Amino acid sequence: MTTAESTDLDVRLAVYRTMTECRRFEVRAQELFFEGLVRGTTHLGTGQEAVAAGFAAAMRADDYSFATYRGHNHALARGTPMGPLFAELFGRAGGLMGGKGGSMHITSVQHSMMGSYAIVGAHLPIALGAAWSAQYRQSGQVAVCFFGDGTTNIGAFHEALNLAVVWKAPVVFVCENNRYMEYTAIDAVTAVARPAADRAAAYGLEPIVVDGNDADAVLETARRVIDRARRGDGPSLVEALTYRHGGHSRADPGKYRPDEEVAEWLRRDPIPLLRDRLVADGVAPADLDAIDAEAAAAVADGEAFARSSPEPDAAALETQVWADGGSAWRSGTGS
Amino acid sequence: MTEMTYRQAVAEGIAREMERDPMVVMVGEDIGTAGGVFKTTEGLIARFGPDRIKDTPISEQAFVGAVMGAAMTGLRPIGELMFSDFFAVAWDMVANQIAKTRYMTDGQVSLPLVLRTANGGGLRFGAQHSQSVENWAMAIPGLKVVAPSSPADVVGLMVAAIRDPDPVIFCEHKALFATKGDVPDGEHVVPLGRAAIVRPGTDCTILALAAMVPRAAEAAECLAADHGIHAEVIDLRTLVPLDTATILQSVGRTSRVFTVEENPRLAGWGAEVVSIIADEAFYSLDAPPVRITTPHIPLPSAASLEDLAIPSVDRIVDTVRSRLEAAR
Repeated sequence: MTTAESTDLDVRLAVYRTMTECRRFEVRAQELFFEGLVRGTTHLGTGQEAVAAGFAAAMRADDYSFATYRGHNHALARGTPMGPLFAELFGRAGGLMGGKGGSMHITSVQHSMMGSYAIVGAHLPIALGAAWSAQYRQSGQVAVCFFGDGTTNIGAFHEALNLAVVWKAPVVFVCENNRYMEYTAIDAVTAVARPAADRAAAYGLEPIVVDGNDADAVLETARRVIDRARRGDGPSLVEALTYRHGGHSRADPGKYRPDEEVAEWLRRDPIPLLRDRLVADGVAPADLDAIDAEAAAAVADGEAFARSSPEPDAAALETQVWADGGSAWRSGTGS
Repeated sequence: MTEMTYRQAVAEGIAREMERDPMVVMVGEDIGTAGGVFKTTEGLIARFGPDRIKDTPISEQAFVGAVMGAAMTGLRPIGELMFSDFFAVAWDMVANQIAKTRYMTDGQVSLPLVLRTANGGGLRFGAQHSQSVENWAMAIPGLKVVAPSSPADVVGLMVAAIRDPDPVIFCEHKALFATKGDVPDGEHVVPLGRAAIVRPGTDCTILALAAMVPRAAEAAECLAADHGIHAEVIDLRTLVPLDTATILQSVGRTSRVFTVEENPRLAGWGAEVVSIIADEAFYSLDAPPVRITTPHIPLPSAASLEDLAIPSVDRIVDTVRSRLEAAR
């Protein structure tokens, strides 16, 4: 039985829908950046959608996602609506975080999207803590933590892996190896060929490498490692091989990458790859066209929502530093 | 009332909240069977078990980050940083993640957590195990900062810190661990953001924190007995929230103010407090505020040098006396 046949069609169609929504959202976000509507910076995951969509399809609704500053895909894959996501990128009041976070900190706790973390490596220990909490509360939840290849050379990666194994925490660490840490080829600055998988043995973990552009393979791997975590058998470290179609951030055209390499990975775009397989498995192309059209409509609706959302009220500036909703640092009480 | 040491009060405060709330857990290095290198967690693992009192590797980033992840998903975790100097190792977690996440997520994430640490000098440990870092935390929006000076306050502030819905940096002063005092039995909560007047006085206000409080009190005793100067000593107890009302009222009564700070000089907490006084009580003052601080140096190890560096009773007495007499 092939990988494709072993996964059910409805789930694969949902994965296709998620990937399509992510792609169309991010392509539009990039266009809106150049229109001046999206401010600051963005880090797009175009080309890497299969990892986010495949894992999300294997997660329970209350399983936790932790992502990096390249986090739009992961937020969308967990069901975060496009309108508030666009509005956050625009810096509007209707944004997911009221405009206070921006593209690099996308969070939607109600969708179990526990945050996008912009200091490389920081969220591995934090995801471990969420897993420890689930373990302590016996909730059966699993934390899934996505990060880039560049993260594998920072201390927090190694500290988190060690402690996760020691605590047998229900956490899955997913390295999205897109071959470049910012502007530098990862193999030029890393002691081993597979920056995540080759480190797994140091923590007593199985080295797991998956084709991150093959949504079916990602889904199968995700199910296996998430089930393992939920059973109480401890953490996993997955290295998903993928590629970003654009540069590191909006400021980067990605010219340091050889043309042939870019062309090769564009040929291996995960979305047409899954589409062709679905058609081969008997899905009517018209059904997939309908998904594409619905995704396009969702993006248009989301953009319209964001465009109509007002700028944040000035009063919002000094709110939500503390749990009481305010930012007071002096107490009014005398003694 | 029960008499106990400051070190026993740490475990007492934690135990009271662990009894009350099963979501309170603690992690840190050597906190389990070893009872902590300063013996501040002695007896807790026997009472609450290894699932609630968890030993960690020497991985400050990992366990401080884990404390954050646990706090955002339903626990009320406590993390122990063996020495406050080690905050520097995990400062990304503290300053970038823990402090900012509520604001960045517009309130989606709550972080009811406590990071406890052995802070301050006086034990001849040298520059990397003796710092007073409460002003580091004070400078970061989103952190509450607590530094008790007595066993009763350790328990009352610990209870308040654990119950607090926001991140609290809890600075235990290692030079005070052996000191003793009475602690109220039963429910004893000292709210964050309330300073204590430890000795009333009329001639000047002395503002102090943690180990500088008993020194300021002793200095005030000496100033009264030997020089006829009646100093009011205020224990700030928490830097964030800062009880500016108590400070400003006292300055209004005495018209003179001194701070006693263990921090190095630049950007110590007293600089902020004096700035507030200058802004809001300038016309109450009879003379410029005076800061008595550690010089702007790393702390030395030699006993004689460390004693010169950190404000002493004698230095407080001499400074207050000479400044007040100069004004006469």
